[in-house]
Amino acid sequence: MKYRLSSESHHIEVLTSRHVVVEPERCIQCGICSFNCPIGIDVRLHAWTGEVIEDPTCLTCGECIERCPRSVLHFETTELFTEPQQ
Amino acid sequence: MNRYIIIGTGIAGFSAAQTLRSLEPGADITLVSDDPHGFYSRPGLAYYLTGEIPEKQLFPFLKKSQHNPNVQHVHGRVVRLDPQSHSIEVDPSGSLQYDRLLLATGARSVPLNIPGGDLPAVVKLDDIEDTRKILSQVRRTKTAVVVGGGVVAIELVEGLVAQGKKVHYLLRGDWYWSNVLVEAEARMVERYLVHDGVRLHHHTEIEAILSRKDRLTGVRTTNGEVIPCDMLAVGIGVKACKELAEAAGLKTDRGILVNEYLQTSEADIFAAGDVAQVFDPLSGHSSIDNLWYPGRKQGRIAAMNMSGQSEGYQRAIATNVLRIAGVMTTIIGAIGSGRDDNQVYTSRGSSEAWQQLPNTIAAESGTELSQLRLMVGERTLFGAVVMGDQRITRPLRELINKQVDITPIRNQLLQSNTVLVQSVMDHWIKTRS
Repeated sequence: MKYRLSSESHHIEVLTSRHVVVEPERCIQCGICSFNCPIGIDVRLHAWTGEVIEDPTCLTCGECIERCPRSVLHFETTELFTEPQQ
Repeated sequence: MNRYIIIGTGIAGFSAAQTLRSLEPGADITLVSDDPHGFYSRPGLAYYLTGEIPEKQLFPFLKKSQHNPNVQHVHGRVVRLDPQSHSIEVDPSGSLQYDRLLLATGARSVPLNIPGGDLPAVVKLDDIEDTRKILSQVRRTKTAVVVGGGVVAIELVEGLVAQGKKVHYLLRGDWYWSNVLVEAEARMVERYLVHDGVRLHHHTEIEAILSRKDRLTGVRTTNGEVIPCDMLAVGIGVKACKELAEAAGLKTDRGILVNEYLQTSEADIFAAGDVAQVFDPLSGHSSIDNLWYPGRKQGRIAAMNMSGQSEGYQRAIATNVLRIAGVMTTIIGAIGSGRDDNQVYTSRGSSEAWQQLPNTIAAESGTELSQLRLMVGERTLFGAVVMGDQRITRPLRELINKQVDITPIRNQLLQSNTVLVQSVMDHWIKTRS
């Protein structure tokens, strides 16, 4: 699913609870995502390995998601920041 | 210590090298290719052509990356394969011995077989050198003609439009990519192309290439029209590079025939990627996937079997995601049985499995901005085309991949097209647990 960060509340929700996740089977390794990441995360490598982008410097700006010509990337709520269950 | 040779540095060859290196850290692995650039994103050439990325961005891994397998590279053309002596002859390096060999030689564009087809201004989009050639010539180009259906032709059209050229797009049939898209879907693409200034010519082929002193001056069409142009871009299909295997006596058809273990008719020779025509024991068909991810997977499976394992290649539902004239398009499973008059041989970015369609009824819905088509079987969905809004693709992929029983919503799907998306969404949520 493509997200445009159109509202402040949505932006805050994305910033606090969402990560960029990848679907490697869609990726053709063109590198548009890495090329457009404003802080230089190699997003493409994540699309190769299938790993969620856990980089703490990720701005969750959505630039890689918007630019990807194959819909490989999307935001998803992950459990990376949630409290472990007792 | 096992000696492995992989011929070809595309995604299948690279993936096999990576897998072999991780399985056998001490093995002697050699990658042989006549492409001096090694492994890069061939589908990414389309975005290099549009100017969205620079050339260096096509290379996923730096030379020193841990993901780049430590293998020996031999640059040259393989001129002979001898299965008896387990050797290949490389020009100019000489003879190399192997214990197990992988043929990942890929596919190459079919040229226009008419006089003038070899003029310098007649271009294709197979590799980096082709793209460099287009980009160097494009500065001197005012008008380009593009021929062919499918993915590569539209990439050429979009690339040349992005470079500011006037483009004439010649289509042999009624509409674009007619063995995959139905009319409403193709018209949506065509509307965007026209909006971008592309001049479409339906029912039109090239009758003659016009030139003066080896300089392209135009084309004459079968309708008698002369279109002046200084570039002719060809994307009429690709053909598997199987000549080496044929000359060595391996069994071939449209590609190199392999069993479900990706093994050719010679036990120590395997094939993967665009060149491999893979037998599927479930369907009984042998088919070629000209797709990136199946190429990656086939490379991995072939490497495992070369290394002595016994891993069958499980053909996943063939899927591709494309941006066609700016329209996000996902194609899943079996979606058509027609022939594309614009295409000969196979086509990059597509799968022969898309044409293997059992008895189905098409359920369609659409607006100006999006199109959805479902291929509805008796109990399951066989395929889908999603253009524009992509939210429905994940549910559809799961429903099709897992062959989820759609009997409860089948009538709904076939009766009314206004509830198509909602019905699929609801059924997916209900059945996913």
